[in-house]
Amino acid sequence: MTDYTADQVLDCKGLNCPLPVIKTKKAIDAMDSGQILKMVATDPGSKNDITAWTARTGHELLSGGETDEGYVYFIKKK
Amino acid sequence: MSDAKPKRLAIIASQGTLDWAYPPFLLASTAAAMDMEVSVFFTFYGLTLLNKDIKANVAPQTNPAMPMKMPFGPQGFQNIQWPIPNILANNIPGYETMATSFMKKTFANKGVASVEELREICVDLGVRLIGCQMTMDVFGFETEDFIDGIELGGAATFLEFAADSDISLFI
Repeated sequence: MTDYTADQVLDCKGLNCPLPVIKTKKAIDAMDSGQILKMVATDPGSKNDITAWTARTGHELLSGGETDEGYVYFIKKK
Repeated sequence: MSDAKPKRLAIIASQGTLDWAYPPFLLASTAAAMDMEVSVFFTFYGLTLLNKDIKANVAPQTNPAMPMKMPFGPQGFQNIQWPIPNILANNIPGYETMATSFMKKTFANKGVASVEELREICVDLGVRLIGCQMTMDVFGFETEDFIDGIELGGAATFLEFAADSDISLFI
């Protein structure tokens, strides 16, 4: 997966549905348009959930995948 | 999507046990996080979920398929599914309390939010929480029993919102 320079990092490791999505929403809300959030989770369900969340809300999922850190997502605020 | 009219979710929460307390708050908070407009109507036993202090228990005797696992000890021990016959579970004093504390512990171990946390998130994200006035009268609840920020209403209040909703769920 492609790495991006993140303006903010959100650690959702150890959290289960729906907390990674909720915390991502709150983090994105507090950021400026065009900024990039890096979110790290351990919940395997986050793969589909973050894809669904970005599709619904219109924020851009730049890249996402499984790394040594966990499931990592780069999301650009619309 | 974002430019169009926001999607709407309307939920009726009619159950007051711990396991059934999760779906309405979980779906409502997630939907709000997905920029949907959400209303939850709490009626009958579901109304107790608006109490300041949620005292919801699980009721294993009505859920024979509920896995009974221990939330502590080595992983192998935690993975054991204990075969507790329903007839036994129904008659052990305190079994419900034990099952409730095990479920809360297991959920916490797995990083699942508590019902109270999910409810707080709902309030925070602007979910409309509507308590059923009729149920209040029947069960003798007072407004002071409930958390702040809720509305009270009846079937028409819910249906007026649900009529224009994209998703309607009875839980």
